[in-house]
Amino acid sequence: MSNVFTLLLSREARLLCRRPAELANPLVFFAIVIALFPLAVGPESEQLRNLSPGLLWVAALLAVLLSLDGLFRSDFEDGSLEQWVVSPHPLPLLVLAKVLAHWLFSGLSLVLLSPLLALMLGLPADCLPELLLSLLLGTPVLSLLGAVGAALTVGLKRGGLLFALLILPLYIPVLILGTGTLQAALQGLPTAGYLLWMASLTALAATLSPFAIAAGLTISVGE
Amino acid sequence: MQPMDSLIVTNPFLEAVALACERDWRMLFDGLDLSLSPGDMLQVVGPNGSGKTSLLRLLAGLMQPTAGEVRLKGRSLERQRGELARHLLWIGHAAGIKGLLTAEENLTWLCALHRPAGRDEIWQSLASVGLRGFEDVPCHTLSAGQQRRVALARLYLDPAPLWILDEPFTALDKSGVAQLEKHLREHCERGGMVVLTTHHHLFDKPETFRELDLGQRAA
Repeated sequence: MSNVFTLLLSREARLLCRRPAELANPLVFFAIVIALFPLAVGPESEQLRNLSPGLLWVAALLAVLLSLDGLFRSDFEDGSLEQWVVSPHPLPLLVLAKVLAHWLFSGLSLVLLSPLLALMLGLPADCLPELLLSLLLGTPVLSLLGAVGAALTVGLKRGGLLFALLILPLYIPVLILGTGTLQAALQGLPTAGYLLWMASLTALAATLSPFAIAAGLTISVGE
Repeated sequence: MQPMDSLIVTNPFLEAVALACERDWRMLFDGLDLSLSPGDMLQVVGPNGSGKTSLLRLLAGLMQPTAGEVRLKGRSLERQRGELARHLLWIGHAAGIKGLLTAEENLTWLCALHRPAGRDEIWQSLASVGLRGFEDVPCHTLSAGQQRRVALARLYLDPAPLWILDEPFTALDKSGVAQLEKHLREHCERGGMVVLTTHHHLFDKPETFRELDLGQRAA
């Protein structure tokens, strides 16, 4: 069973590496949004620094959302999902591997890119550990929840807007906790509370959402 | 005392009882009964849109019937999907072949979903479908017929007894068709089961061959 998990991970990694444009899209989006703000808002460092927690998190959230819309589309169209559904392996395990592979490539690279962009916005360097930790805990939640929406809308011809409407309300707690962590760090307050809440959300999403994703895919395939 | 054997009623491997399917407010078929025992081969025919693919998807457990039920060894499919999964090889109209992966990578993964196959076995199966030398070519560079052959190579790898194939002959050339017909017949003669849809007239078929015409039922 774990063998199938690692095989699927390596298959997904191989597929992503052969379509590098798809990997780069969310990263470029993230970088462009952050790079435009100093131009639009003005370069006064005080103002930008106070805005930076919100800017970073909103841009990261939208970048993840952008990358997730087509998560299952090609698997749906070429019949791969049907093969997963009729296989004897538990579907939640397979989708967990799929989402993990996607996060390792898109989510993790967003996390790694974020310190550079944070410095561009003037976030003090001693807030960077909090930024990295909050994104490291938060982006898997965004990926897992987004995959639920992607699974439900995969059968629709133009599910993009519906997908965003379905998922954005679920993203709000993550957004609040993520920006809260950074605001607290900026003011020199303790951030452990925020991060622990975020970690509990991550644990909850990792354990429950694979079942929701699997159920959504079964419905979409059965239509 | 009677021997125990005569008391046991043998159930067909897979059966459909009063099966009905509705798509977009249109009844495709209803009250459909069929049964499938080891060695059987069933060809589902009918005009476009008569529900051939839907019937196959119902039998494979991919879709829920509007009414009636599918039974596996006499018990409802609902509660034993894992049991069906261990006995089923499903190749849909879209066969799950990734254009970005090579033929070998595709088959390695598709086999791992059921029973992992070694590299030698996979190369051998690709040679059986006439794709020797195409093992490490990305599938999107292959022709439609060659891609179909990659999917059909699974029929040489998977020991599952029940094959449900949706339009397996699409895009195949004459020799490919003849070879596949022979392979399907041999599978049935070994005690396997085949359900397929095709508009193509089968020449090489086992004695147990039956045809189910969905168009005639509707008329």
